[in-house]
Amino acid sequence: MNIDLKVTPDKYLPHRYAGASGDFNPIHIDVDFAKSVGLPQNILHGLYSMAQVARACTTAAGGDPRSLRRLSVQFRGMGFPEQEIAVTGEVAEERDGLVLVKAEAVQGDNRIIRRGEAELRLTD
Amino acid sequence: MPVNDAAIGKIYPPFEYEVGKEKIAEYARAVGEDNPVYFDREEAREAGFRDVAAPPMFAVVFSSGSVAPGIFDPEVGINFAMMVHGGQEFVWGEPVCAGDVITTETTVKDISEKGGMGFYEFESVSRNQDGQEVVRGTWTNIVRGTS
Repeated sequence: MNIDLKVTPDKYLPHRYAGASGDFNPIHIDVDFAKSVGLPQNILHGLYSMAQVARACTTAAGGDPRSLRRLSVQFRGMGFPEQEIAVTGEVAEERDGLVLVKAEAVQGDNRIIRRGEAELRLTD
Repeated sequence: MPVNDAAIGKIYPPFEYEVGKEKIAEYARAVGEDNPVYFDREEAREAGFRDVAAPPMFAVVFSSGSVAPGIFDPEVGINFAMMVHGGQEFVWGEPVCAGDVITTETTVKDISEKGGMGFYEFESVSRNQDGQEVVRGTWTNIVRGTS
């Protein structure tokens, strides 16, 4: 199983994700506000980045959303729009059709999701 | 100021959310999911779902409204300006489909302090209209400067 997903969220992605998720915290959608609280610019929603890890895992398991049984992550570095996110992971354990995967997401050297742990159930 | 853990165990009123087909599509497009089971009723039924299926992380859409009251609860005492979302876990059960009515109940699971930071952990449990558990979320928020 190969966990490997690359995606570059465009400039307006945080706005679309805000609308889709209901999280309109201005640090995600307002550059001026983000700068006023000491951020370099508006930042990605952590749960958007987590959704990329989830997508990488279900894709690796064959695409069925029911294959993802559990996912836990830690949010650390801030993610930014217009920079490529790379999700990678490897199988840590496999038994009885259940696969435990360790994954992370980075933008360049910036690790935005650490200690990702997914439990996948493989079906045929 | 040390954290106050008196709110541990507090339960918030249930939060109800009705899942719509177009809302699933909007969410799926935003996060880059393109599996037809998230968009097309026939494809979803062929794959064994009752209706268009929600991507696993759609859990955020129907459960965050249940967690928000805890984050803003003065009894919990989170300094929102200093808060970051530190960690998240979801454990999935029965799949969620368009037309489902999901009820989520959130509990303050733990409040602790480590290295001058406050850790606030909430647990949300979401069930569908038939009482089946669809997802259990653990939301960890970290607040800097608690001591």
